[in-house]
Amino acid sequence: MLDLVNVEYDTLIPNNVGLSSDKRVQKALEKWHPGYINWWNDLIPQEFQKSLVYLRTAVSVDPKGWAKFDYVKMPEYRWGILLAPQVEDRRIPCGEHVGDKAWQEVPGEYRAMMQRLIVIQGDTEPGSVEQQRFLGKTAPSLYDMRNLFQVNVEEGRHLWAMVYLLQKYFGRNGREEADDLLRRSSGSEEAPRMLGAFNEETPDWLSFFMFTYFTDRDGKMQLEALAQSGFDPLSRTCRFMLTEEAHHMFVGETGVGRVVQRTCEAMKEAGIEDPYDIDRVRALGVIDLPTIQKKLNMHYTLSLDLFGQEVSTNAANAFNSGIKGRYMEHRLDDDHKLSDATYPVTQFVDNQIKLIETPALTAINMRLRDDYKRDAQGGVGRWNKIIAKTGIQFELVLPHEGFNRDIGVFKGKPINPDGVLLGQTEYDGQKHNWIPSKEDGAFIQSLMVPVTEPGKYAGWINPPKVGIDNKPGDFEYVQLHMA
Amino acid sequence: MGAPAKQHLIDPEICIRCYTCEMTCPIEAITHNDDNVVVDFDKCNFCMDCIPVCPTGSIDEWRVVSEPYSLEQQFEWMELPEQEAFAATASEASTSIEALDEQVAQLLAEAHAGAGGKARAPASASKPSINLYTMGKPAEAAVQGNYRLTGDPDHDVRHIILDMGNLPFPVLEGQSIGIIPPGTDAEGKPHLPRLYSVSSPRDGERPNYNNLSLTVKREEKGVCSNFVCDLEKGAKVQITGPFGSTFLMPNDSGAKMLMICTGTGSAPFRAFTMRRQRSDPDSRNAMTLVFGARTPESLPYFGPLKKVPESMLRKHFAFSRVDGAGKRYVQDELRDMEEDVAAMLNDPGTHIYICGLRAMEEGVEAAMTNIAESIGEQWHALRDTMRDEGRYHVETY
Repeated sequence: MLDLVNVEYDTLIPNNVGLSSDKRVQKALEKWHPGYINWWNDLIPQEFQKSLVYLRTAVSVDPKGWAKFDYVKMPEYRWGILLAPQVEDRRIPCGEHVGDKAWQEVPGEYRAMMQRLIVIQGDTEPGSVEQQRFLGKTAPSLYDMRNLFQVNVEEGRHLWAMVYLLQKYFGRNGREEADDLLRRSSGSEEAPRMLGAFNEETPDWLSFFMFTYFTDRDGKMQLEALAQSGFDPLSRTCRFMLTEEAHHMFVGETGVGRVVQRTCEAMKEAGIEDPYDIDRVRALGVIDLPTIQKKLNMHYTLSLDLFGQEVSTNAANAFNSGIKGRYMEHRLDDDHKLSDATYPVTQFVDNQIKLIETPALTAINMRLRDDYKRDAQGGVGRWNKIIAKTGIQFELVLPHEGFNRDIGVFKGKPINPDGVLLGQTEYDGQKHNWIPSKEDGAFIQSLMVPVTEPGKYAGWINPPKVGIDNKPGDFEYVQLHMA
Repeated sequence: MGAPAKQHLIDPEICIRCYTCEMTCPIEAITHNDDNVVVDFDKCNFCMDCIPVCPTGSIDEWRVVSEPYSLEQQFEWMELPEQEAFAATASEASTSIEALDEQVAQLLAEAHAGAGGKARAPASASKPSINLYTMGKPAEAAVQGNYRLTGDPDHDVRHIILDMGNLPFPVLEGQSIGIIPPGTDAEGKPHLPRLYSVSSPRDGERPNYNNLSLTVKREEKGVCSNFVCDLEKGAKVQITGPFGSTFLMPNDSGAKMLMICTGTGSAPFRAFTMRRQRSDPDSRNAMTLVFGARTPESLPYFGPLKKVPESMLRKHFAFSRVDGAGKRYVQDELRDMEEDVAAMLNDPGTHIYICGLRAMEEGVEAAMTNIAESIGEQWHALRDTMRDEGRYHVETY
């Protein structure tokens, strides 16, 4: 009998989808596999490819024993295809087909729309690995280096997950799209990644933490919405991906928290009370809080753009056809069709920002963005608690959603982080106060010196409170390959 | 105030609100507001599905409560509340978090009773996981080896190695696991698990092989011990646990440890010693073992123990049935080493562990009383202080 909980590991491609009895898809994936390995080998610097990294590998989709930790050379990581167990008699949770049996095959009329959603999701996964490719060289500790590589290999696995769906359910088109996922490349002139935020480089570790906190959180919200899909294989894929995605959120939230804490403690030790005394704070070798706020502003607003237009018929169609649900759809108490419901959407009317009741069906993106905002606020609150505990007078804030936007109703509008519409000249003159300047970037860059002794950390970041897999503080998370 | 109950909580300071636990919970016992993710006391059935999926470890928190914390209270928390204090007369089984299973909690409370009061873990001990696998949802292990440890025909003690395969089974030295013997009892009910102390260190009998070992003595007519001692390589065993949250070793290479045992009571001390050897191979003069048995042939691990250097582990054996020699018990050894023991009692870094047959308690208590007197201390007062500080531990059966 097919074992759909434990994973076949004796095959080239570990999986719990019975790949060995689906020769067509197995062949297609085996054909795709060398291209993927080449992509990985070209991407990650060689010295890390040969190092032993203490990684978590998913071994089952049973929550009890879903992963195990061990030293692995990254190119030998077992990227596989794992779907959460099938829920018996699962029903379509939303839209006009609500209550019908979930689809095990793609309905013809939704083929194009579904394929596009999967391709967009799939394109972000390798994109982020490309953006982060050089960070290993400046890791502030072996612990952080390990976390970076864990995030990277799991983004790689998420690419596999999307490629499997394309190969299995979308025929020749799907195969071509799967190849294109390896052809496009972050920041490339001729073939960039599809979404803007995935073409920005991740130049330093604070950016990496901000990225995993804010941008991966968009990924999480999108996966949550796709986990509600009436197309059951997509739902199951996304549900399992979320288990891994949680680690990425963890890296971001604790990473920023550790930077904030180090800064505040260094200020206290040096007797500096004023967080805006930037030169003195920087002289301590830590990142001043106003610069951390600027980094936050940038990554948060770039991530807001990922939610698309506030009012969108594409999003309405995806919901109505049952392809993509809302965040926590199963816990929402309404008709799950949004036939007559409205939802307040920010609009730009007569040069003023207003909330206007809009048919909820077309406001799906806005709603998910609001859920995201609330979710993102949680970590900011925690960081502020860290600051408050040290007695420094400073609060990090999420900027207004109109600030620094490139998509949607606020696109290009000179709105400051407080949500005040300024004149363009005034806005341009002040922008360096809100978004990291070249000098800010250069300063952070100057702190990025690698620390590779087990248990030691660069001076601008605190050690974590608890180790990965309950390991002690001086655990050697990466056994570096010495050439 | 109701009867004390065990409540599952989430540490709001460590949790990053990824809601993976909430999505994993099969009965929707976990929920959240904008600040905290919380567990509903009325719904949670301790199935533990949420524990391994948590990326931070914040999910693994437990309190004994006289009045369960409501969802609203938990939503407001900035940090976890301290464990509330219960009267000294309260039942140990219901006010400790050694196990969530009632029967197991009762067994451990009885085993620890000889310490004379509420058991506490050493302050520096690692955080134990408990109750990950239960009667309803046991783990399956495969037998990797079954070796006879003793040469005494009346004393069949076995070293059993269990492979946990891909299952996470985090276990600390000093913890126990339950083994469910197959079949049913006289009333036709499935057998309850029997507890065995793990005799391998936390990283496995072989490091990073996800296996563990047990030290099991065959008891005449013992349903489980005969089952275990007869296990063949490759056989499958149903396991519950891990259990126990206080009989643990200090995570402090400076801490002194005096370990007193008889028979299979040596199991946790084998684990303690191996842990020290692996984590702190340069440790000197910090661990002392006082081990009682009838003869060298009936003393488990006699051969391997002799190979552990005295500088790592000082060893005192007491044999009660060696021809031509007088009967000696662990308390006799303790008296002979009075000055050393007295020095340890005076050292606030000393942890004492007693493990074995219940009958050994009386003799040890008497010896300790004498030794304490020799330094002008009242043993019971000293013992209570040590116990409250997590430095005095008894596990007898």
